[in-house]
Order: sequence, then C-alpha cells, then structure tokens
Amino acid sequence: MPIDKIFKDDASEEKGERARMASFIGAMAIADLVKSTLGPKGMDKILQSTGRGHSVTVTNDGATILKSLHIDNPAAKVLVDISKVQDDEVGDGTTSVVVLAGELLREAEKLVTAKIHPMTIIAGYRMAAECARDALLKRVIDNKENAEKFRSDLMKIAMTTLCSKILSQDKEHFAEMAVDAVFRLKGSTNLEAIQIIKKPGGSLRDSFLDEGFILDKKIGIGQPKRIENAKILVANTAMDTDKVKIYGARVRVDSMTKVAEIEGAEKEKMKDKVNKILAHGINCFVNRQLIYNFPEELFADAGVLAIEHADFEGIERLGLVTGGEIASTFDNPESVKLGHCKLIEEIMIGEDKLIHFSGVEMGQACSIVLRGASHHVLDEAERSLHDALCVLSQTVNDSRVLLGGGWPEMVMAKEVDELARKTAGKKSHAIEAFSRALVAIPTTIADNAGLDSAELVAQLRAEHHNEGCNAGIDVISGAVGDMEERGIYEAFKVKQAVLLSATEAAEMILRVDEIITCAPRRREDRM
Amino acid sequence: MALAFDEFGRPFIILREQDQKTRLRGIDAQKANIAAGKAVARILRSSLGPKGMDKMLQGPDGDVTISNDGATILEQMDVDNQIAKLMVELSRSQDYEIGDGTTGVVVMAGALLEQAERQLDRGIHPIRIAEGYEMASRVAVEHLERIAQKFEFDVNNYEPLVQTCMTTLSSKIVNRCKRSLAEIAVKAVLAVADLERRDVNLDLIKVEGKVGGKLEDTELIYGILVDKDMSHPQMPKQIEDAHIAILTCPFEPPKPKTKHKVDIDTVEKFETLRKQEQQYFDEMVQKCKDVGATLVICQWGFDDEANHLLMHRNLPAVRWVGGVELELIAIATGGRIVPRFQELTPEKLGKAGMVREKSFGTTKERMLYIEHCANSKAVTIFIRGGNKMMIEETKRSIHDALCVARNLIRNNSIVYGGGAAEITCSLAVDAAADKYPGVEQYAIRAFAEALDSVPMALAENSGLQPIETLSAVKSQQIKENIPFYGIDCNDVGTNDMREQNVFETLIGKQQQILLATQVVKMILKIDDVISNSEY
Repeated sequence: MPIDKIFKDDASEEKGERARMASFIGAMAIADLVKSTLGPKGMDKILQSTGRGHSVTVTNDGATILKSLHIDNPAAKVLVDISKVQDDEVGDGTTSVVVLAGELLREAEKLVTAKIHPMTIIAGYRMAAECARDALLKRVIDNKENAEKFRSDLMKIAMTTLCSKILSQDKEHFAEMAVDAVFRLKGSTNLEAIQIIKKPGGSLRDSFLDEGFILDKKIGIGQPKRIENAKILVANTAMDTDKVKIYGARVRVDSMTKVAEIEGAEKEKMKDKVNKILAHGINCFVNRQLIYNFPEELFADAGVLAIEHADFEGIERLGLVTGGEIASTFDNPESVKLGHCKLIEEIMIGEDKLIHFSGVEMGQACSIVLRGASHHVLDEAERSLHDALCVLSQTVNDSRVLLGGGWPEMVMAKEVDELARKTAGKKSHAIEAFSRALVAIPTTIADNAGLDSAELVAQLRAEHHNEGCNAGIDVISGAVGDMEERGIYEAFKVKQAVLLSATEAAEMILRVDEIITCAPRRREDRM
Repeated sequence: MALAFDEFGRPFIILREQDQKTRLRGIDAQKANIAAGKAVARILRSSLGPKGMDKMLQGPDGDVTISNDGATILEQMDVDNQIAKLMVELSRSQDYEIGDGTTGVVVMAGALLEQAERQLDRGIHPIRIAEGYEMASRVAVEHLERIAQKFEFDVNNYEPLVQTCMTTLSSKIVNRCKRSLAEIAVKAVLAVADLERRDVNLDLIKVEGKVGGKLEDTELIYGILVDKDMSHPQMPKQIEDAHIAILTCPFEPPKPKTKHKVDIDTVEKFETLRKQEQQYFDEMVQKCKDVGATLVICQWGFDDEANHLLMHRNLPAVRWVGGVELELIAIATGGRIVPRFQELTPEKLGKAGMVREKSFGTTKERMLYIEHCANSKAVTIFIRGGNKMMIEETKRSIHDALCVARNLIRNNSIVYGGGAAEITCSLAVDAAADKYPGVEQYAIRAFAEALDSVPMALAENSGLQPIETLSAVKSQQIKENIPFYGIDCNDVGTNDMREQNVFETLIGKQQQILLATQVVKMILKIDDVISNSEY
C-alpha cells in the first residue's frame, strides 16, 4: 500500500542527512560568496538589479550584497537575516558575521560526518562562545575617562572600519569627519541628525563636514538669497488651496460673478494665513508641503524667504537643529517657538544650489557633503560612512575597544583551545572546531590580501602563545605586526555581536533535521 | 469506479461525475488512512523532548520558519491529505486547550494508529479496536488521576512554577536562557492571575517582539508596550503621572453617516464654514485639555492642524493605535474607551505612572512604554533576539510556558514527565487488559504498547538505546512501585523525575490521551474514502 500524498502538489520534503546537507551547503555557499570581501584588501561585488533600468550597485558591504540576493535556500536565508540584523544593530561586521557562521557550519559538517550528534555540537559551541566572550572581556581597553585618548580610539576605530571600504584612500579625512559628527550627537545614537548629501562631481577628498545644516532645496524666485540672524518658522501646512475639511462640503454657484467672489474669498483666506504667518515676525518660512505661486509671491513681497516641499525628515531635522517647533496653526504667534540661526545663504556645490543654515542654536545635527566621481562611488561612500558612523555612535555609549587585524579572533581561539583541552567528552571536539572556525577569519583576511595565510596564521598563533601579545596581521606590510602600534582598533560591541549572532545562527541551522517546502503560492499571470 | 451494477453489469450512476472520482473502501481505506496518519506523526517524532530537533519550513511566499513546536510545524506544513488534516486539527486543539504537549499528542496518535494496523492484520474489526482503545484510555486517565500529586506554590514562592516552565522551555531553541524566560513567564502569569477564582486571562499578557539585541535582553514590562511613537516629533518623550484619554474618534471634522451635502454659494457661507472648521479643532483639543488629560491615545489619525494644536497646548498624543492595543491600554490604565469628544469626563481617563518613548539600535524605530498603570493587570513581554525567526520561535515558546503556568494555577495537580506518566499508564493499562473478556483485550494491550512509544521516542531523540532504556525504566517502576521513573534525557544520571524536577500538568497529559484516542477512533471508523481523482 503506497503512502498517500500528504503534501500539496509542488511541496517538497527533505529529511535527516539530506536536509542537513542542503542547509549546510546553502549556508556555506552564502558565506563563500561574501568571503572575498572581508578585510582591508577585500574585493567588491557588482550587483545588477532585475528591476527596471537594471541599476548597478558596486559594494563591499556584506549586508548590502546579501540584501539584494534572491535566495531560495532556507538556511541561506537565516544567514542573510543575521547580517541584516547586524547592520541594524551595530552597523558594521556584516560580512564577518556571515563568514564566521559559515565557518562554524563547515566545521560542524565535518563533525556530523564523524558521527557526532548535532546536539552535542551545539552544546560544545555554546560553551565555546561563552568562553570566547569572556576572553575578549578580559582584554578590552576602556578609555572613557580620558577624553583625548577616547577620541584617538574613536579615530582608530573609524579608520579600521573605513580601510576595508572604497574610502580607504582618504580614510583619515573621513575618519575625522565621522568622529566629529558623532561627537556632535553627544551620546545619542540617533543617526538621523547627521545628514548625508551626495553630489556627483569633484573627488572624494572634496567631501566635507558642515557644522550647520544643508537643505537640498531652492530659494523661491525674487526672495532674498542671504539672511542674517534668521528667525525661522518651520511648518507643516497646506499652502496650496487650503481646502475646507468639513465632510461633504462643496461649492455650488449659479453665476460667474459668484465664482469670482468665492475665488476672491479663497484668495483672501490665503492672504490671511500668510499674514498670520508673517505676524510671527519671521524672515524665513520652511514648509513641508507645496507653496503655490500666490503665497510665494506674498512672501517675496514681505521679504521673507519661503522654502517649499522640504521633505519630512528635512523638516524634523530642521526643527531639531534650529530649535523651532513644527507648526500647523498660526493663531497665537506669541507662543510658537521659532527657530534661529545666524546665517542662511544659498551655496553652490557642483552645479546645484543648496540652502545652507549656519550658526544654528542646537549644535546636534550636522551635514556631511559627499563628492565623488559617479553615483556608484557616492552610494558606496555613503554606505561606508554610515557603517563608520554606526560603529562610532555605538562605541560612544559602550566605550570598550579591542585591537583589530585578526587579534580578537586569535585571543578567542587560544582561550577556546584551552577550554577544549580541559573538557571531557565529545563536546571537546566541537569546542576545538569552534576555535578552528575563529582562526578562519584571520586566514581569510590574509588570503584576500594575497598573502601566505598558512604561514602568517601559524606565526600569529606562536606569537599569541605569549601572554599579553598584541600581534595581528598587518595587511599593508604583509607580515605579523603589533596592532597597538599600527593603530588598528575595533569596537568591542561589534565583535561581541558577531560572535553571538553567528553562534546563534549556526545553532539554529544545526538543530534542523527536516526541511519542508510548501507549494509556492500561485500567482495569476498579470500581463 | 462504481457503486452498484444492474443485472447486465452496467453501473448505476449515483454520484455526480462518478467516473472522475476514486474510491477506496474496506480494509484498504483504513490502511491508507493509517499510513497517512503515521506519516504525519513520523515527521514530528524527532521533535519530541529536550533533545528534539527542529524543522525548517518554507512557506508559500518563501518565508522561513524554524520551529520545534508541533502545532506550528503542522500548521505551516500546508497538508493536503484529509487524514493528515485531522492530525493537524488534533494538534491545534491541544494547543488551544492546553497550549503544551502539541507534539506529544500527535506522536501518541501515530503510535495508536500503528498498533491498530497490527490488530487489523489479525482480523479484528476496527470498531472493536476503537472500543478497546476507548476502555484503555479511560483506565489510563483514571490511573493518572490516582498517581497525580498536588503541586504547592503561592505568590511569594513561585519557584516550583518556574521549574515547570523550565521543563517546557528546555525542548525549545531558547533553552540557553530558559531560567530567565521561565521567570518572566511565571511573573507575567502571576501578575494577571486571579488567584481566588483560579483563572488566568492570557489576553492580558501581550507578547511583543523586536528584532535586534540578544535573547538575554528580553524583559517583562508591567504595563503596555505600543509600537508607535508620538504623533509630533517635538512632543515630550516622557510623561510622568499621565492621565490618558483613550479615544476612538478621529481628530477631524465629524463625518455623519447619512449622506449629506453642504452647499457653499456665497462668500459669507464660505467664511462661516471656515470659522466653524477651525472651531472644531479648537474644541476637540480643548475638551481633552479640560478634562485634565495629559496624554491622548487615539485609534485614528490626526489632521496636521489638530496635531499642531495638540503640540501647542502641550498635550502629547499617539495616533493610529490598534483596537486590541487600545483595549489593553484601557484595561491597564483603568480608563474607558471614549467614542466621542462630548463624552469625555475626568473619570473616564486612564492613569499611568510613567509613559516614555524608547528608541532602538541604529534605526529610528521607537516604541512607547506605558508603565506603572493604575490597574497593573496587563503586562507585556518584550522579546529581543538575533533575527526574526528567533523571535517568532521565542514567542511560541513563551506562549507554551505561559499556558503551562496558567494550567497549574487553574489546577495544581501534576504528573511526572520524561515519559514517566506514559510508562506507568502503560503498566496500568496492560494489567487492566486481562480483566476484559473478548476481543477488546487485544486492543487494550495494543494501547499499552502505543503508550510506550512516547518514552521510546524520547530515548531515541536523546541518543539512548530506546528498547534497552525503556525496559530498564519499566522494570524499575514495577520493582519499586514508584511511578516517577522516566527517561533521563539530559544525561543527569538519575531516572527519578522528582529529582530532575521534570513534570507536566495532569490535565495536559489527560487531554493528550483523550484527544489522541478520539482522533484514532474517528480514523478507524472510516471505511470508505471518495475523493476527486487526479485530473
């Protein structure tokens, strides 16, 4: 008697060894895909979208690469997911987390073929991860007390982060910018306050950090191009036709004259509104919505600078920067808080005109203007800078730092190895495997730089046998070097997140012994 | 296929489109059904117990779920076979009723079916098997009642409850921090429990998840968490001693249900209408202010103007809050949901000690915490985790733990887990079998065998020798006449489940046996399957 079909037509089911194989292979394929982008000499990838226009992205950022892939393998999806979360949470280390998880699974596969039960492997991995974390905690450096040292730490972290990206040529310049910008935030992690404006043209070196605020908008015609001691009203109100909001209202007239009257009344209403706005005693008016020609003209007459259609974030930021409140009604001018700034002027970057607010009251926000040869370069530069900013803002809150260049991995690997020696039972194999997976990261960095990885890693391991050693791989000179001297630092928070999420993901995939794929939902062909 | 023939051998057409249907009848139908049921049970078998494996399920839209929870796996499997659907229902009803043991019930049903097949081969009529099972299940349930123990705890000493929840959580992926999660679950249940009536309304516990952070950051909030932020970016982010107006009417001009038109034909009318409109907004905000509200929570959106007026009068507001959340807020803060501005009165306001907005990670996601509520009956469990799948799985695990804690509060009888209950039932049923004259005796023995399959699966999943372990435990139980010996899944070194603190609720176990028996009886009674054949 054949077993009846249990699933729907196109569904498939994979069991036991096959299921595990499928997920291992999927996960490792993803890890291998991004592996070559790891480290300062990592390569970039070109991504061509299948959407309209076949837009092209060139990137080195793990999260970006993985986000754009269309993946069918469920285990691979788990890895893509952790990389995305790493991006959201700490912003950097998106490649490392995938590579580490891939290596953990590669080692696990060997153990499974050696007939060790996945649950035993998981137990070993957990012990190892805990031990590795403790090892890192023992070696962290915390310079929170010493402001000057802390700043130099941040500079080094930013440079380390940037050196694997397209900005590596000007990493000092950009690191300085990023650190300055983050310091302005004064401990908040709200990166919204840092605005990044991309303008093609010039070279990357021409990028700059602006203390004030730059709005990518034009000043209305016939209005002043430069205002000193500006009083700004930030608003979110309709300045086109202010329609009657009462439900069901409509205009019904029986003659042309009445139409004219109503129109007059409408105009009068708008004029009223403009007058009310002017009564605030402002000389700059920024609105989120459109400003029609008529009110614009009225503003111009009054010598007020009116800026229309600033997007929502722009408005919010402007409110934040100038200290004004976002207004929608204008009946009580005395109680509305206006924003202030020393100077508003139109500036030219490349051939675009932008509005520049300088000397703002609240120094929290700032703008970074990126210049570069093409849109691809700018996009990648923005992503790199975003990574650096994320890491820095997280480091400001959690000021513990570590050395970079494969140093943390070697430290962890050493401790984990020792743990393996002390542990009795089959778990020790898994713990050993964990340490091998950790060593794979410096190996990959060296490989990507075209160095003799086996030689270097062996050297590194020997160096690390001494207590308190600072040795790591110096990719530039191609040898083992003292990371503290080279100034290669990483944030503890990033490393910890990499370690924990990679272990979690590996564990999740290891626990699976069956994959059931449901029949894809039928979509009607829309022609 | 044909149902009946006339004297010339031509078929009578009885069913519509008869020739397009396939039909299985008699013993074939039963065999086919049993095979399908067994196939489903086999999928779940390896997920049973603390060392059970997970299943990875890819949904119809390509979304991935990784789970260890029987009900979830079956629900997502999207089965097509009718009998398989019955098994899914079975697991679901265990989930609704008890919330835990959803895998066990399916494994149990599968084992019963397997044994039934053997009896069918012997030539026993399916109805007799069904009746035998029925008797056996009664014996088992009564036996469980006898060996059940009272489980003592009170609000101050909730440690035993935590232990039970830990047993439930230990089979899930979250077992890394089962201790803290179990504590969270128990505290949450105790916070909302009505200990006098011995009832717990789980609706009062909201489980909210957000990707990011780590599992250890999961926290219990004595209050409500709303995935919304203040309607105006410059409203205060923290309000102490908040008086909350809970509104279900929009801050917009009223929309009468009846069809109407307001005609504007003169300038004066235009002007008055405009004034009226402004007045509307003003009045609305003023009303809220008048009754003394310091926070407005609204189910609908605000007009920009209303938003600014609110901001201007220093009245923070939250918009687009979902209906369920609104109700929870109302319960927690002791406020009333107000459908119209006219009906706002100071008594209808909810009160909360602290309302604050908190942002997460590098993205600009914010959530609103409403804490120290007047009536602290509603709590929220806020889960953090590495990725979406992890959070979903944690949610399910927490749900299971909550259910277990609730069941214990409802009825504090327990039986021991780790297969101990099944083994002792098997012994009891086996002993009872001999008392029944007639064919049912065989079915009852088969039932006892089927009960053994649960500890067997546990042992198998834990990497032990199933038959060896089971017989050792069984003989130990008989020798010492103590029903607490089970399978030592975690390799602790003792088989005594009392020492390992592994126990389950009595009703949960009874329900498992009853539900599984019922479904198997139903499946056995089917002797004719008519289905549309492939076309």
